[in-house]
Amino acid sequence: MQRIGVFVCWCGSNIAGTVDVQAVSEALKNEPGVVFSTNYQYMCSQAGQDIIKNAIKEHKLTGMVVCSCSPRMHEATFRKTAAAAGLNSYMVEIANIREQCSWVHKDMQIGTEKAIILGKAAIAKVNLNAPLVPGESPVTKRALVIGGGIAGIQTALDIAEAGFPVDIVETKPTIGGKMAQLDKTFPTLDCAACILTPKMVDVAQNENIRIFSYSEVTEVKGFVGNFDVKIKKKARYVKEDVCTGCGLCTEKCPQKKVPNEFNLGMDNRRAIYIPFAQAVPKVATIDPNACNMLKNGKCGVCAKVCAAGAIDYKQQDEIIEEKYGAIVAATGFNPISMDKFDEYAYNQSKDVITSLEFERLTNAAGPSAGKLIRPSDGKHPHTIVFVQCVGSRCAACAEKGKEYCSKICCMYTAKHAMLTRDKYPDTEVYVFYIDVRTPGKNFDEFYRRAVEEYGVHYIKGMVGKVAPEGDKLMVQASDLLANKQLHIAADLVVLAAAIEPDKSARPLATMLTASMDTNDFFTEAHPKLRPVESPTAGIFLSGACQGPKDIPETVSQASAAAAKVIGLLCKDKLTGNPCVAHSNELMCNGCSSCERVCPYGAITYIDKEFRMPDRTTRVRRVASVNPAVCQGCGACTVACPSGAMDLNGFASKQIMAEVDAICK
Amino acid sequence: MNKETENLRKEIVRISGVNPVKCMRCGKCSATCPAYDEMEYHPHQFVYMVESGDIEPLLNSKSLYQCLTCFACVDRCPRGVEPAKLVEAVRLAAVRKQGANHLKADDIPALLDEDLPQQAIVSAFRKYSK
Amino acid sequence: MQVKGEYKPLIVAFCCNWCSYAGADLAGNNRLNYPDNVKIIKVPCSCRVNPMFVLRAFQRGADGVILCGCHPGDCHYTSGNYYTRRRMALLFSMLNYLGIEKERTRVEWVSAAEGAKFAATMNEFTEAVAALGENKRLEDLRCKK
Repeated sequence: MQRIGVFVCWCGSNIAGTVDVQAVSEALKNEPGVVFSTNYQYMCSQAGQDIIKNAIKEHKLTGMVVCSCSPRMHEATFRKTAAAAGLNSYMVEIANIREQCSWVHKDMQIGTEKAIILGKAAIAKVNLNAPLVPGESPVTKRALVIGGGIAGIQTALDIAEAGFPVDIVETKPTIGGKMAQLDKTFPTLDCAACILTPKMVDVAQNENIRIFSYSEVTEVKGFVGNFDVKIKKKARYVKEDVCTGCGLCTEKCPQKKVPNEFNLGMDNRRAIYIPFAQAVPKVATIDPNACNMLKNGKCGVCAKVCAAGAIDYKQQDEIIEEKYGAIVAATGFNPISMDKFDEYAYNQSKDVITSLEFERLTNAAGPSAGKLIRPSDGKHPHTIVFVQCVGSRCAACAEKGKEYCSKICCMYTAKHAMLTRDKYPDTEVYVFYIDVRTPGKNFDEFYRRAVEEYGVHYIKGMVGKVAPEGDKLMVQASDLLANKQLHIAADLVVLAAAIEPDKSARPLATMLTASMDTNDFFTEAHPKLRPVESPTAGIFLSGACQGPKDIPETVSQASAAAAKVIGLLCKDKLTGNPCVAHSNELMCNGCSSCERVCPYGAITYIDKEFRMPDRTTRVRRVASVNPAVCQGCGACTVACPSGAMDLNGFASKQIMAEVDAICK
Repeated sequence: MNKETENLRKEIVRISGVNPVKCMRCGKCSATCPAYDEMEYHPHQFVYMVESGDIEPLLNSKSLYQCLTCFACVDRCPRGVEPAKLVEAVRLAAVRKQGANHLKADDIPALLDEDLPQQAIVSAFRKYSK
Repeated sequence: MQVKGEYKPLIVAFCCNWCSYAGADLAGNNRLNYPDNVKIIKVPCSCRVNPMFVLRAFQRGADGVILCGCHPGDCHYTSGNYYTRRRMALLFSMLNYLGIEKERTRVEWVSAAEGAKFAATMNEFTEAVAALGENKRLEDLRCKK
């Protein structure tokens, strides 16, 4: 039997005005388990807390109920008070007789009656409370950032700056991501390379950062503070520590006809290549699908010309195992495939390009050295049509487009249009839009400048058909404001393709047990209040893997994620929430119902030996909850068909006792 | 919107199975329409006018019979609104009003174009001779 | 505050800790009245509410049971309220079959900012339950003192 103390607070006149506190403390005195009951003007004051502490010691209390304001207000206060007097803090329950009683009712009698019932319910619950001790787990002071784009770079730099070691895992041979492919950045028109490459160099030079390029995460085990990760370092057939990045091999390689993915296939690279001049790490990589030496053993030119002797045709994939305290997903985005949009003739004409291809065409380091030309014949285009929302906001069929707004297209199209008019004033530029969405600092001003100063023709309407005719592209479009159908003979058509999460995100989310939405974007723990954390503890989100984002937003989210990681890694030990689920192994059938509803992947199954009455042992599969991962929602407790799952602090018996007390 | 229009609107929505509220006003239907220049009211206007209950002008418009029912707009609409089905439903609503169908099957031969594909002629007869 | 009708129905309200319990607190902060026969039980998430609790409440003589959780998509635990929605849809239809009218049971989404909605919901729900009269169908008189 518990020894319970009841403390009724007046809260000045806030409670005492509509509740007869004396009557409440008298009425609760005779409840089962109650050995002490009192009331005081302000329980949360120093004097009030002293009353509680003395009562705990004097009456050897094993539990206490405070009838006061909402637990959201002072539960933590009274728990600390109890702990200071040597009572387990989870033996404290609050009866909310202010917000949910005295403040909603005006009649003294009604208020008092309700306060007594609420007090009884709390007492009934405390009678079944058990002392809880929060678990502790150590923290590995190392972070893993998956993805080496601007999001991953910023997150890694910020974490490393705080003094913690960070590893970046990037699938491509170099870090830099999509931003490295861009020409200029809106709304200030800085050159993307000028602001990105110094950061890439910082990453390379930072002692706390290791880069695993041309690598991928293959296995993640463990939980917050203690992740065990396997990273596969794919064979690049070049010794990373020996290669000087001189680039001689890439000039001599005889295999010249490999589509260059960095320029989106608009020109060719060699079988051994460095993606771009400022690549980090600046190390050559051999493409095993194109290299003659690797395919049929006939060549070996690169090994001959390499003065450093870095080429190693026998290199194997390497598995690296490392422990991490926190993992940041920064897998980024890709433009969607244009194959299904045959109305825009993307596959019929080389002169219909996506915006990212346009970006490469205008980039000084791109396939045309920055000269805006038609990819088909190299001529200068005089009429350019930009089409917005290609595949974005497309709810009609899922395999074609995306239902969401890709967010960045309005701004980069305005940028492309403006830069084109600035460099080539003889070019006519048309932009077809549904809505122009520019909600950012200096964004709308930027778009208006494109229209007002640079004379870009913005037309409210959509392009319905693009048909190659001779060397022209016949664009059929609607102008909704003029209520006309337009026919424009264009030289170049640029499609603002929707963006989608990188394909690697889905398998990664499965490994991390991080949840995803239907579009394969990572879900945040709370859409407003915890936007950079995954609901899975210890997993953080950075950049476009969480939703479409422009560079300023990506960088701010990257830094925010870093701050959260640093906050976690600073701790020596993690104190868990003891109100977590636990399963009664004797009742558990190992049916997996609980595992399926757990949003955090906190439940695993173990084979456990049980002693039978006849002294034999039997092995059974039973659920086991990891208290460091469980957040205590209780979904599993209801899903469990045998009633083996229960929640500490909110046990089924406790809640039923409350129901009974209320319904008496 | 008065009761009569509201009922008419509901009837058209019911016949067509099209929810005009889904339209996000991008105009791709009109951009893709091959009969655009022939029509007084264009596909996007059909959607908007049915949505806002401005149906009377549509019932009296020749545009009803100029839609080729080629379904290009249905195929291209990013929101799945299916304007051609809506045009068809408005046309049916006009046909169901006795005497409102101002084009008769006998009038069609005079309107025929030599270059008109056979399929279009058959579809036109099907369409006008209900 | 006396509810219209002959008697005061007993309402048990399960509120999730993150949205609805805070919404109920806000109703109190704003001094919005709702019937005193509504008694709130705090649960971490609406998905913690076992159908057993609802049955127990009716068995012990409650006249109405209402579950309040975060709005769909806003659940603190990502998906808890979706489970609640599905489980309770099944439970309530079964209760309806057993003769507990569906007006006596409800799932409502109340965010932490919706104090007014909480009070209005409770007023409306209590009135609806009061109109039905006492719950006799599942009440176990042996449990009454």
